[in-house]
Amino acid sequence: MTAVELSAVSRWYGNVVAVNDVTLTIGPGLTGLLGPNGAGKTTVLHLMAGLLSPSQGSVLVGGDPAWRNPAMYKTLGLVTERESVPGFLTAWEFVLASAKLHKLASPAEAARRALAIVEMEDAQDRRISTYSKGMRQRTRVAAALVHDPRVLLLDEPFNGMDPRQRLHMMTLLHRMAEEEGRTILFSSHILEEVEQLSGTVQVIVSGRLAASGDYRHIRRLMTTRPHEFTISSSDDRLLATVLMGQESVTGVRVEAGALQVHANDYGTFTRALAKQAKASGVRLTSVLPADESLEKVFSYLVAT
Amino acid sequence: MNLTIIGITVRALLGRRRVLMLLPMPLVLVGLTLIGVSSPVDDADWGPTVFGNLGLSVILPLTALIVGSSVLGLEIDDGTITHLLTKPLPRSEIVLSKLAVAWVVTTVAAGVPLAVAALIAGSGSLAVGLVLAAALGALAYCALFLALSVLTKRPVAVGLVYIMLWENVLVSFVDGARVFSVREHATTLADKIGNTPLLDSNVSLTTSLVMSAVFIVVGTVGATQRLRSFALTGEAN
Repeated sequence: MTAVELSAVSRWYGNVVAVNDVTLTIGPGLTGLLGPNGAGKTTVLHLMAGLLSPSQGSVLVGGDPAWRNPAMYKTLGLVTERESVPGFLTAWEFVLASAKLHKLASPAEAARRALAIVEMEDAQDRRISTYSKGMRQRTRVAAALVHDPRVLLLDEPFNGMDPRQRLHMMTLLHRMAEEEGRTILFSSHILEEVEQLSGTVQVIVSGRLAASGDYRHIRRLMTTRPHEFTISSSDDRLLATVLMGQESVTGVRVEAGALQVHANDYGTFTRALAKQAKASGVRLTSVLPADESLEKVFSYLVAT
Repeated sequence: MNLTIIGITVRALLGRRRVLMLLPMPLVLVGLTLIGVSSPVDDADWGPTVFGNLGLSVILPLTALIVGSSVLGLEIDDGTITHLLTKPLPRSEIVLSKLAVAWVVTTVAAGVPLAVAALIAGSGSLAVGLVLAAALGALAYCALFLALSVLTKRPVAVGLVYIMLWENVLVSFVDGARVFSVREHATTLADKIGNTPLLDSNVSLTTSLVMSAVFIVVGTVGATQRLRSFALTGEAN
C-alpha cells in the first residue's frame, strides 16, 4: 500500500498562508480534493508532488519525503492543472520521452500501453498542438501513467472537458483506483464531479482542511445547513402561513412580490413545499435557492 | 547527460522563431570583415574592432544569452519544466544536458562566422583561435545564463546588465573587473593562439583559463543546486 501523508503541513508565501496546518492521509482508491478556487488545492498537490517545500510539517509519499527526493517520482505521477505540453511533439514522442526519462526497461512498450489506457492510439502520431483540450489532457495522463505509478495526482482533471470526455476520464480513474488499487487524488471545485467519482473527500477551504471522509457524510452536512429560498406564488401571504406550520421552516419574511423563506433542511423543505402549496391551492411561480454558491457551502462547513 | 533531454531541447530550441535572432549578427561580422580587408587601413586598426569589439564582445555573449537563457528558461516560463522535474533524474543530469545543447549551439552559431571572417582576413591561426575562444566563452557564458534562468525570473535582463554594464562599461573604468569578464577570457585565448595584430588582449592566459573554469563550475553547480529545490509557483502566489 502506498499512501500520501501530510503531517501538520503549512505552506506560506511571505505573509500569505496558502496551506494551514493540514494533516491528512490518502490511501489506495479514489479521493477527491474539494474546495473553492484559491483554497490551496494546487498548493497541496504540489507539496505532495515534491514541487514545493512545506514551510512546516512533513510530506511523505510511500514513507519517503516528497521534497528534494527525485527517486520518489518512481512511485508518483502528476497531471498539473496548467495545460503545459510541448506542442511540437506528437503524443507518441511525448509519452515515449517520459518513459525514457523514467529509464524504463522497454520504453516503447510502456508508451504503447499508457496510450492504450487513455485511448489515444489513433491520434498518437499527430502533433499535440493540433489536439483538443480533452485529448491533451489524456495525453498528459498517459505520460503521468507511463511508469505505472502507485500514486497518481491530478489537478482539476475535468476542467474544460466536454461531458463525453469527462465521462471517459471518470471511468478511467475509477478503473485505475478500484481494479488496479492505485492511490489516486484529484482536485476539483465542483461538488458534483467529486460526488460522481469518489467515496472519500478531503475538503480544503482557505488553506485549512475543513472536512474529511465519506462524501455522503459531508453531503449531509451540506444539505442540513440552513437554506434560504426566494419564492413567489399566486398568494404569498397564504403560502407564508402554511409554510410557517412546517417543521423544516425556521422563518418567513413577506416582501413585495416574494417570500424569503429560511429552511433548516433542504430535502424535507423542498419536498414539503410543493405538497403544501398544492393542498392549499396556491400556485408557485418561482422557487429560487438564494445561497447555493459553493463558496457559501464551503464557508458553512468551515464555520461548523 | 541524457539523450532524451538533449533531443527534445534541440528540437524546442531550433523550432522557435527566437533562433532566427541569431542570423543577422554573423552577416554583419562577415560584411565588416570584407570591408576591412578591401580597405587600405592597417589590420591593427580595424581587426580588434571587428573581431574583438563585435565578434567576441557582442555576437558571442548575445548568442550565448539567447541560447543559454532559453534551454531551460523557456520550459520554466511555459510550465513544461514539471514534466522534467517529476522524473526520477538527478538534477545534475538535467542541467548538464541543457548546458551541453546550449554550448554546442552557441559555439557553432558564434564560432563558425568568426572563423569564416578570420579566414577572409587571411589568418588561419586566428580562425583556430577564434573557434576555441568561442567554445570556451560559450561554455562560460552559457553556464552563467543557464544559472540565471533558474535563479531569476528575468534572465535576459540580468544577462544584458552583465554584458552591457560589467563587460562593456565597468571593465573600461576598473581594471580588476576584467578578471570577471568572460569576454576578456575568450579574447585572450583567441589572441594567444591567433597571434596576429587583428586582436589584442589585456588579461593573462592563466587567469583567463582559471576564471573561465570558475564561471563554468559555479554556473553549473549553482543551477543544479537551485533546480534541486525548485519550487513551482502555483495559484497561491
